[in-house]
Amino acid sequence: MNLLRELFETLRAFVAAVGAVTLFLVRVLGQAPRALVRPGLIVDQVHNVGALSLVIIMTCGLFVGMVLGLQGYDLLQRFGSEDALGTGATLALLKELGPVVTALLFAGRAGTALASEIGLMRATDQLTAMEMMAVDPIRRVVAPRFLGGAIAVPLLTVIFISIGIFGVQLIGVQQFGVDTAAFWSQMRASVDMNDVLEGVIKGCVFGVACSLVAVYEGYTATPTPEGVGRATTRTVVISAVLTLILDYMLTAVML
Amino acid sequence: MTDASEADSIVEIRDVHYSVGDREIFSGLNMTVPRGRITAIMGPSGTGKTTLLRLITGQIKPDRGVILFDGHEVPRLKRRELYALRRRMGMLFQNGALLTDMDVFENVAFPLREHTDLPESLIRQIVLTKLQAVGLRGAVRLMPSELSGGMARRVALARAMATDPDLLIYDEPFAGLDPISMGMIVRLVRRMNNALGLTSIVVSHDVQELAELADMSYIISGGKVVAAGSFGELRAHNSQIVNQFLEGLPDGPVPFHYPAPDYYEQLLADREPETANTSTGTGS
Amino acid sequence: MRSTRAVEISTGLFVLLGFAALFFLVTQITNRDLSLNGGASYEVYAEFDNIGSLRPGAAVSMAGVTVGRVESIRFDQDIYKAVVRMRINSAYDRIPADSDASIMTSGLLGGQYVGLTPGGEDTYLADGDRIEFVQDALVLENLINQLVANFGRRDGRDDGSER
Repeated sequence: MNLLRELFETLRAFVAAVGAVTLFLVRVLGQAPRALVRPGLIVDQVHNVGALSLVIIMTCGLFVGMVLGLQGYDLLQRFGSEDALGTGATLALLKELGPVVTALLFAGRAGTALASEIGLMRATDQLTAMEMMAVDPIRRVVAPRFLGGAIAVPLLTVIFISIGIFGVQLIGVQQFGVDTAAFWSQMRASVDMNDVLEGVIKGCVFGVACSLVAVYEGYTATPTPEGVGRATTRTVVISAVLTLILDYMLTAVML
Repeated sequence: MTDASEADSIVEIRDVHYSVGDREIFSGLNMTVPRGRITAIMGPSGTGKTTLLRLITGQIKPDRGVILFDGHEVPRLKRRELYALRRRMGMLFQNGALLTDMDVFENVAFPLREHTDLPESLIRQIVLTKLQAVGLRGAVRLMPSELSGGMARRVALARAMATDPDLLIYDEPFAGLDPISMGMIVRLVRRMNNALGLTSIVVSHDVQELAELADMSYIISGGKVVAAGSFGELRAHNSQIVNQFLEGLPDGPVPFHYPAPDYYEQLLADREPETANTSTGTGS
Repeated sequence: MRSTRAVEISTGLFVLLGFAALFFLVTQITNRDLSLNGGASYEVYAEFDNIGSLRPGAAVSMAGVTVGRVESIRFDQDIYKAVVRMRINSAYDRIPADSDASIMTSGLLGGQYVGLTPGGEDTYLADGDRIEFVQDALVLENLINQLVANFGRRDGRDDGSER
């Protein structure tokens, strides 16, 4: 009986959280047009979350691509189809690894930074001070960061994928001697626009989701050092879980 | 309770009730803030002084009661109207609450940039004037992290003044400052008020500084105003709590001991100490 | 102001890099150059008993050069055959009318495509024409069955000779 009540409470809290996040999203989107009036603020945030994540994204993209090259080659040469390496690895990068790994890295690098930055602004009364100066912190602080993240993630995703393909090529063609022409031509023959589109769409959705989680957790953080720390941790955990769940749903829809 | 004439009050609070969960913070609070004066709000820690400021500025809504700012009923305002009203209020936070990603200049310029389309040269002029008034014109390019507590508060004061508000609210402006900085802030509060003809509300528990500063004082305790008037009147007040507060006595109506079961019994008892189930005391 | 410029420059670089990557993906990874949406083209069709796993969008090639794409595939209930419509680039307007279309597989795991082998007639395929000579997709199961049957026979013989 007690367990049942606890379960019910948890469920209720979950539903309430979903509702709160949705309302928050509506509020942020409501302020987005007014935030767009000052693109400088958004540029700053694209810089903050995007340009600063660039190095880690490129490094990871290269290594993920190289691992794909090794594993893919090992797998395919058992069937004598090494030439399909380009196709297989590219599709894996485009459709899954690129968007998902980028989103996870973004959550870890930029999402936590966003959450703790906003949480600290809350803890040090900066958000309240803005409200007292009749400046809506949702418009001035949250919306630009949200939009910056939502813009940056798809861009980071395509960069990750491109570097990843380079990594695959490095291992497959340079090291194992897969025929360059076969590598590229097979890839071109079997990858089409829809596959690229799938990757980009996933990147956009994950960007919105991870940015939203980060700014929400930061904005609603308990204004104490522990509260900010907790918000940061929750940002990573929720972003990761949400990314993978969304990934399943998007894949199911788009496949 | 109020001896200032109603017509000349900028903030008026009537029978305000407010509670968080089961805890009642205000139960029938009445207060009037006279225009053009410095009003002090005092009280023991945890009596909800900051909560009161949040009520006045419309950050939270009372359960019951009326809060008027210059004739506008604050809790009933729509967001837009509330923001319009807040441009006429300036607030100084305990730690200054400067925006940490901007330097001093940009912090003071912030409300101007957000609310006006003034040309850069004019903004520069206003910002420098305000900073000159708080004696920090030389610190324009410092970041908030490079400022001392007292300097941060003076910058915050310059920022609060930037849009020339009618009402300035100081939340614990003296907390944690060395005597020199404290003296500077006291002088600034007084000078701002006299020179610019604005109204000030100072929330604090630094009795000495407030005695020097305030034209009108309120002492809040137990969710109500327990005493009001000038400092002379307060000192003549014969209620215990007022005496305890003004004299800084360790024990009195605000008890030294947090509510607990009987000490003697608890020491004698063999079992684990029970959680307090007494209902005495004024609460936290 | 210098820091603002630095922000703008690195953000700009980031965004441009992103678009460059997108451009790379769109142009280099996919066979966009074969999409015939823009250029002039004509349509022919062929009827197959079995198309294997041919899909719309697959390449139509001659001598290994892609000349068009599979536009649509549908099943015709009257003749119980798959009707494959192919869009051919108008640049290739001299494909003999008696050419034959066969469904081929590129590599063991590669996708399937339609290969055209030129015939000898002087008339050429034109819009709406039907390719008469077709060769169905090789169905892997059939191949394996043949293979297993062959091996089985040979193994049997080997066993016999060894004894």
